[in-house]
Order: sequence, then structure tokens, then C-alpha cells
Amino acid sequence: MPQLYCKNLTLGYDGKTVISELSFSVNAGDYLCIVGENGSGKSTLMKTILKLKSPMAGEIITEMAENEIGYLPQQTAIQRDFPASVREVVLSGLLNRCGLRPYYKAEEKNIALENMEKLGISSLAKLCYRELSGGQQQKVLLARALCATRKILLLDEPVAGLDPKATSEMYKLIAQLNAAQTTIIMISHDILAAVEYASHILHVGSQSALFFGTKEDYLKSDAGRIYAGSAGDGNA
Amino acid sequence: MLEIYHSLADAMSYSFVRYALIVGVLIALCASFLGVTLVLKRFSFIGDGLSHVAFGAMAVAIALNFSNNFLLVLPVTIICAIILLRMGQNSKIKGDAAIAMLSVGTLAIGYLIMNLFSKSSNLSGDVCSTLFGSTKILTLSPTEVWLSVGLSILVIAVFVVFYHKIFAVTFDEDFLVATGVKAKTYNLILAVVIAIVIVLAMNLVGALLISALVIFPALSAMRVFKNFKAVTICSVCIAVVCAVLGILISIPAQTPVGSTIVAVNIVGFIIFTVAALISRRS
Repeated sequence: MPQLYCKNLTLGYDGKTVISELSFSVNAGDYLCIVGENGSGKSTLMKTILKLKSPMAGEIITEMAENEIGYLPQQTAIQRDFPASVREVVLSGLLNRCGLRPYYKAEEKNIALENMEKLGISSLAKLCYRELSGGQQQKVLLARALCATRKILLLDEPVAGLDPKATSEMYKLIAQLNAAQTTIIMISHDILAAVEYASHILHVGSQSALFFGTKEDYLKSDAGRIYAGSAGDGNA
Repeated sequence: MLEIYHSLADAMSYSFVRYALIVGVLIALCASFLGVTLVLKRFSFIGDGLSHVAFGAMAVAIALNFSNNFLLVLPVTIICAIILLRMGQNSKIKGDAAIAMLSVGTLAIGYLIMNLFSKSSNLSGDVCSTLFGSTKILTLSPTEVWLSVGLSILVIAVFVVFYHKIFAVTFDEDFLVATGVKAKTYNLILAVVIAIVIVLAMNLVGALLISALVIFPALSAMRVFKNFKAVTICSVCIAVVCAVLGILISIPAQTPVGSTIVAVNIVGFIIFTVAALISRRS
């Protein structure tokens, strides 16, 4: 039984179809990279998995409870000048265990501390979120996502706008989390990194899935040869 | 100095002044609690839009000769608040345009109704005091005082109980929904609370000046403080101090209460802005 199974999904907005008849599955411990051009429906797909949007057709089958998903969204304009301390932001990841309880338990505060330590940001706890560097902010949001769950993380372009050093740090952290059995589903523009770190690739193109399968198969496929190949040439 | 003290002590001996102080402080406190969230969610104008809705409802209530205007104004404003917050999230009419539409629309209709149906001999006086709250706060009946106190306590209680949720909904609603938190419910609660505060604040500063009570303390606090808790606490303190000062100044100076409070808030904002500049330099 896969952790997440998307069956014949058709996605779109305002009545316009972006992805049709998409099927794929994710097993516990997988590292799935969703790649594809702008407007190919990557973000829509992720929002559908997260139940922020409903699919136009098809279904998502999962045995996970709603509060077993962690999410690292793209930053919004609101967050960029939000007066919040790092600790406040990380703690908010734990809200899904609070229910109506108006405060955090000591045990929950410890989880927040552990996750900050794990990502090497405990020294930032009291600082203001908006004054951190882009890389630090992403780590804070990653820590928050980890507070929500250890089972599965959905990351929406986690390295967008980061400098090369912060980018490689971020990829390493994500790889470490995956090695510790956290399932990763990541949207990425960076096909080279996707091929380096992911175990599976979902390549969405206009209207339908161009490819879904393991990384090894992807490199041998037409889509993989064209995209990963040309990206490789371009960077060489 | 002594003279001022005497005139204040004199003023305090009147029950209407004490009522005004109690209600004024509570309303300012509630408004500032929300201000932080509204400013951060880019909803500063929701207060303004809703206050116009409340004005329209008030006009209808006056025309229909309601014994207690709250009974009509409060539910209407709550419903509009819910609609506005919903619209802001997912619709083709963008949030700010929707608010602008609703606010001028209800303002116009309210004035129209007042003109058509009001039996009052002093129509422009009525309109002026609904818009600018000129003397309303000093003419509160004991029932209105208790109602205001009750609603304020409700707002404060909701804010304290849902503090962490309100923070999270403000910071990142999508994350909450994705991780299985009922963010929509908290948004709804927020909308109801906003509406209650707006209707309450109409008594203090009038429909047109409510936004000032909501926005100024939060913006002043955000100049200086950098985490949510400190900003919230600071903006509440600013709001209370400004409300007390405003009311106490307005009585001997015989100025309109609402605009005096707003003027004090503006001074507060300037002080905090300068303080922030100085602390950044050093």
C-alpha cells in the first residue's frame, strides 16, 4: 500500500484543465521530485495533494491523517515583513496537535527546540524572522514543517531565490531528512539537483504527465534525455 | 497644573465621564488587539469598509425606530465581515475592490435612508455624530455601557484563547489548512470579532475614524518591536494610553472625543517612528 496514490487526477482552475489523467504513487521513504515548466501545474498538483484545492476529476488515496503532512510553501509577501520571532514561527507548526487547547505543552515546545537544533537554527530562536537571510528563513519554515510531522514533507521550490551555498545546504538537509525515512515530495526547477537527490521523478508537461518513474529510468527516457541532458550541457 | 487636576477631578465625579473612560479604554483595547492581525493580513481597510456598513445599518435602525440599534447593526456587520473575509480569499473581485464597493455603497444608502425617513429635527447633527462620534461616547446609557463591557470582555477572551491560532492564521493560512488545522473556522471567528469591535468602536470615535483605532497602535508598535507577542502587548498599551489621554484632554478642551483620541494616536505614531529611527542609528 503506497503512502499516497493519485489516481487519474485532472487538475485546473477557472474551468481550464492544466493536467489531465495523471496517476502516480509515492511509497514511504521515497524522494519524489516534481519537475516541469512554469504553468505546467506543479503548484496546482501540490495544492491538490494538500487539499487546498479539489481536483476536477480523479482521486487521491492515502491512509495518512490530515495532520500527518508537513508543508513548506513558497514565501508570501505578507511573511516578508511579518514581526515574528523564529521561535513563534516554528511553534506554529505544532498547532495541528493542539485542537482547541489554547497553549503549547512543554513537550511540544521541546519538539520545536529539537527541530531547530536539527536544522542548526537554535541560535536564531529569538531573532526576528523578517531580518534573516533567505536561506535562514527557509530553514525556519522547514523546521516548522517538521514540527507538523515526520512522515511526509511537501516542499514547494525550497531553494527559490537562495544563493548557491544556501541552496546546497538546503538540499543536504532535505537529503538527511529523507535518509531518516521522511517521505519527500518536492517541486523543483532545478532538474540537475532533482536527478542528483531524488529517488523518483514526476515530469509534468503541457496537458499530461511526460514521465513518472525512478530516477534511473528517467535518465534513459525521452523526456529525461531532453531536459536533464540539455540542462547538463548548458551547465558544463 | 493644579487647575488641570481640579478640572479632571471635577469631571471624574460625573458618571458619564466614568462611563466614557471605561468604555473608551475597553474599545481601544479590543481594536488594537485586532489591529496587528488586520494590518499584517493587509486588511487595514476592512475596518473602514465594515464601519460604513455599520453606518448604513445604523441609519436603517434609526429609520425603523429600533429601541436598541445594536440589535440590527451587529448582525448585519457580522454577516458583511464574513462575506468580506471569504471574498478576500478566492474570488474574481479582489478583496480591496470588494471592500471599496461595499463601503461606499452602504454609506450612500445609509445617508439616503436617513434623509428619507428620519423624523429628527437635527438630521445633519445625527449624521455627523454617527460619522465622527462627536458626543456619542459621553451620552451612553447604562445599558449601552454594560453591553459594551460585555462584548469587550468577549472579544478579549476570544483573543486570549485563540492567540496562537490567530498568530498562525495571520502568518500562513495555507500551511495550517495543509497540516490539518481548521483555519477556516478561525478565520470565521476572526471575522465575527472584527465586526463586534467595529460596532463597539462606532460609539467611541464614529464610523469614519474607526480604522485609526485599529491601525495606528499596531503600526506604532511594529516600528519598534519585532515579535508578535511584543507587538501585540505594545499596541494594546499604546491604544489604552491614547484613549485615556484623548478622553481626558477632550473634556476640558471641549474637543470632539473621537478625533482627539485619533490625534493622540498620530502623535504616538510619530514618537514611535522617531524612536525606531534613533535606536537603529545607535
